[in-house]
Amino acid sequence: MNDAMPKWADIVLIPLINLALALFVSGLVVALIGKNPFEALYILVNGSVGSAYGWGYTLFYATNFIFTGLSVAVAFHARLFNIGGEGQAALGGLGVALVALSIDWPHWALALPAAVIGGMIFGALWAAVPAYLQVRRGSHIVITTIMFNYIAAALMVYLLANVLKVPGSASPETARFIEGARLPNAADILPWVGFSRSTPLNVSFLVAVLACIGVYFLIWRTRLGYEIRAFGHSEPAALYAGISPVRITMLAMLISGGLSGLMAINAVMGEAERLVLDPVQGAGFVGIAVALMGRSHPLGVFIAALLFGALYQGGAELTFEMNGMTREMILVIQALVILFTGALDNMVRSPVERMFLSRRRQPEAPLPTTPLQPGGHPDDAKIEP
Amino acid sequence: MDFLGVIQLLDSSLRLATPLLLACLAGLFSERAGIFDIGLEGKMLASAFFSAAVASYTGSVWIGLMAGIGASLVLAAIHGVASITFRGNQLISGVAINFLASGLTVVIGEAWFSLGGRTPQLEGAARFQEITLPFANAVRDVPYLGPIYADFLSGHSILVYVALALVPITWWVLFRTRFGLRLRAVGENPAAVDTAGVSVVGLRYAAVMICGVLTGIAGAYLATALSAGFVKEMSAGRGFIALAALIFAKWRPWYALGATLLFGLLEALGNRFQSLDLFGIPIPTQFMQALPYILTVVILAGFVGRAIPPRAGGEPYVKER
Repeated sequence: MNDAMPKWADIVLIPLINLALALFVSGLVVALIGKNPFEALYILVNGSVGSAYGWGYTLFYATNFIFTGLSVAVAFHARLFNIGGEGQAALGGLGVALVALSIDWPHWALALPAAVIGGMIFGALWAAVPAYLQVRRGSHIVITTIMFNYIAAALMVYLLANVLKVPGSASPETARFIEGARLPNAADILPWVGFSRSTPLNVSFLVAVLACIGVYFLIWRTRLGYEIRAFGHSEPAALYAGISPVRITMLAMLISGGLSGLMAINAVMGEAERLVLDPVQGAGFVGIAVALMGRSHPLGVFIAALLFGALYQGGAELTFEMNGMTREMILVIQALVILFTGALDNMVRSPVERMFLSRRRQPEAPLPTTPLQPGGHPDDAKIEP
Repeated sequence: MDFLGVIQLLDSSLRLATPLLLACLAGLFSERAGIFDIGLEGKMLASAFFSAAVASYTGSVWIGLMAGIGASLVLAAIHGVASITFRGNQLISGVAINFLASGLTVVIGEAWFSLGGRTPQLEGAARFQEITLPFANAVRDVPYLGPIYADFLSGHSILVYVALALVPITWWVLFRTRFGLRLRAVGENPAAVDTAGVSVVGLRYAAVMICGVLTGIAGAYLATALSAGFVKEMSAGRGFIALAALIFAKWRPWYALGATLLFGLLEALGNRFQSLDLFGIPIPTQFMQALPYILTVVILAGFVGRAIPPRAGGEPYVKER
């Protein structure tokens, strides 16, 4: 950006101020419906990071949000707004379930890579249609991806109710995956930490960390990443440099959809161990907030995803502990984070910039060593080189 | 399907098209002034909740309507501040407003009524009642024209007629008044408007606020006329479909009427034929439910032709210094 303020202020200070504003307004909402916001905050923090149980869920949710956050971030770099994470992740779930159910997997270490591929392909294909319609037919990607979320929901209901459910069973879900297609959870891998058997945190978290590293290399260390960023900064310039808008839009959306689809290995293979109705649970939308807060950088996405993971787990505890509080409170906080970090960014940015500028200007004005000459300002004497 | 069946289908198309039409005209004002509004959906939802909640509390649907418009205006003001004053990303602001509405309506609804996010069922004066147009019963027996008048045109709530009247009004305001000319100019070339000494910021705020009023009416219609109370997520993507209709209508009021009636017809068809056999192949219900969304995509992709949006749409205006 510009050099009005140091880099740390841009990537740390401003998101923190934005977050504080969002939490402050959320507190007002809690107070308005007649609850104690400080008690709510205490339950939220204690429920999310106050115990191994809480951490298990916090990191589990964070895994989902890392995938969807990276998905939105990659699209953002190409200046595409992918709101279709929800549908892409649902289709990813279908891909993962098909892989897990198709073969008698002997061991999860074999099933996982196959499921990764399956989830990515299905998620990518679901993103490919809106991307194609955007580049070839000029239909707005924001509207088509939203429509594809609704269509995906209807499709999954149909498939689960008619095609994939266990014959004779009434519940719309697939059979439970066999032992070799279930991912080991944190209690299996880290028995000494004290995670309980039921903790949903599983080995997908490591895949999410790998995905962060992969996206970092993709965006900043490869030719394709360079082209995506160039396209995002200026489409005419990218075109002039011989970068094809069709190719970049398609590839960026395929990668973005694939990352959303990857979420399913955590939610479907890791937690439910079967395909159920709506395994995504709004994580596709959280990805927008995560990418905005994380400034579309993998490290930022990782931290923001942890934060939102804590928010989701703490919010779930809040629903249990506080009477009359609903899960949708999380949605309010999420909306406020998107509003303050995404849309009202300049509201915080300009005063902070002005503050840094005024602080920098002070040492620049040298204290006069000689008394001021009458009628002259010390700056007048300075000759610009 | 016989003639009366067709009339019934058209009747429910008009009912279902009304919220789309109101939202579409709302988007028309906003986008013509250069402010994209993805947040139509959220504003409708917020208005639906507050209109139903206040109507059930006071027992008067008119006070409910005012409350709905008020709620929608608050969200419109947030969108205005974010996208005009602070020159933020208009898409992101709209998305935030949508989430804010779908979260707040349930949180507040649960706190006020403890009905799982619903409002109590509205009855009597807390709902918009159907209006019978004059002579509707007298002319019902006239062949063809009688049922068209008595069953298709008559018997809707007042907001349906308001929405229909708003089409020529919107056309007149936008294309026959000085305000409309300036509003359209601000969406095409704000610098020119600024040079002429007219406030770009003021015009854009005016457009965003008009948009808020219209989405407010649309939301109130959903909760107090089309249904009898608020249900969680009851706007069900109508704000986005209205946006698609707006593109289909190429940002023109009369075309907007046609486009929204088409989408209304699609929804009515989906409701009428829950299960359908097409040439012996059963069509699943889920497909019929997804039909409006699928056709939105198809229409956006295939039949729009060249739709040219307002040139300065989505771009914040930075005054020259």
